[in-house]
Amino acid sequence: MRKSTFFLSFISIGLLLIVAMFIHASFKTKSEVQSLMRKCEMVKRLRLTDLCLFSEASYTRHLSQAALDTAFQDHPACLEHFPSGSLLGPPPMIRRLNENIY
Amino acid sequence: MKTSIERQKNIIDFALSSLLRRKRKNAGLLVVYTLLVFALASVIFFSYAIKKEASIILQGSPEMIVQRTIAGRHDLIPVSYIDRIQKIRGVSSVKRRLWGYYYDPVVGANYTLIVPENFDAGVGNISIGEGVSRTRLVFEGDTMEFRTYDGKIIELTIKNILSSESEIISSDLLMISEADFRRLFGTPEDYAVDLTLSVRNPRELSTIAGKISEMMPDTRPILRDEILRTYDSVFNWRGGILVIILSGALLAFVIFAWDKASGLSLDERREIGILKAIGWETSDIIQMKFWEGIAISLTSFCSGIIFAYIHVFFTDAFLFEPVLKGWSVLYPHFKLVPFIDASQISTLFFLSVVPYTVATIIPSWRAATVDPDSVMR
Repeated sequence: MRKSTFFLSFISIGLLLIVAMFIHASFKTKSEVQSLMRKCEMVKRLRLTDLCLFSEASYTRHLSQAALDTAFQDHPACLEHFPSGSLLGPPPMIRRLNENIY
Repeated sequence: MKTSIERQKNIIDFALSSLLRRKRKNAGLLVVYTLLVFALASVIFFSYAIKKEASIILQGSPEMIVQRTIAGRHDLIPVSYIDRIQKIRGVSSVKRRLWGYYYDPVVGANYTLIVPENFDAGVGNISIGEGVSRTRLVFEGDTMEFRTYDGKIIELTIKNILSSESEIISSDLLMISEADFRRLFGTPEDYAVDLTLSVRNPRELSTIAGKISEMMPDTRPILRDEILRTYDSVFNWRGGILVIILSGALLAFVIFAWDKASGLSLDERREIGILKAIGWETSDIIQMKFWEGIAISLTSFCSGIIFAYIHVFFTDAFLFEPVLKGWSVLYPHFKLVPFIDASQISTLFFLSVVPYTVATIIPSWRAATVDPDSVMR
């Protein structure tokens, strides 16, 4: 087989796989609608507010419920020490607060 | 037309042979490039899917939550606040919520305890999330011991384990009756942890929140929009580690493209000189270099994207797990719904394939326009 034929076939297969990826994502998303609705219903029933992503500290477990100073709750100069803290950007609320102060 | 296709195929044949002559260097390049696209695509797929899932699931969360703060900390709220809030025009219902954390010294994990409005299992029983069951190795019918606020030990029977489908929201949950909750934490009868509100007209939410803050300055209202915004900013591209991964990957790519664009190796220059000497046009050489660039970049792009998709949506992003897990003992096992967007793929394409291909062509064009004799010397 010529190198060019092999290369063009390889790239075509790659591009077809990317198209197949979109088709798979579309089918999967449709089939998961019921599951997402059930989860939404559970959130409503139990009145939950957060995803269970980081259970290492109370303020990372319930990000939306944490007070503004939780990272510094041990003492005012206490630095954030939980690894998930490095994943989170400061909430817009804190930025606004800083704008008001300075 | 046929001749033109045949001509391009000949050029591709030559470009591939040229790449194969520098097998090791190009194989290394291909691996690094694929890893770069893989890392970028994995981060983009993961953060978008989680943000999208949060925005759908958390639509069910309360419209407003009212917390009480004392000395800047979240504190218990008196139940008497319900009547005061209920009197505000536009408020349709106010309910108290009881929830908290329990640190289990046996496994070193934190559980979230919640009192549902209608808890069917009854006093002395609990329902637990799949993560609690997995970490603590307890199942339906088993009992779990808890140490109360005054040091007594109480035993609660597991009536039910929540489905693994909902692990992303319920992995560390422990549903408990109100009586057991108060017995465990000593929460007084006339206090709740916070209040949830529903309003008649959602457009009045911020006005009502303002009135609550005015009437009860020791409270902090949290709107559902703020909850949703929190999750939008958590995996925002500007946030924490994501920006480090992205900037690291982009800087590596810039160095990589700069190295390519800053000049050709002596062998490559000699090759161009010989081709010119035997009659190749400048345009033919540029086309050959274009195909060389496309061969490397498109192969890496396709492989990187496909591997990233498999990594995030088939293997539950196992490479990200240590980063997300941090110090937590209890970590949810969840499968993300593959929410992907064509704009993500096109952004990656324009960030990776286009600059590399351009960076390959420019120095070749420079070398191809010089006199072959001087290039070969």
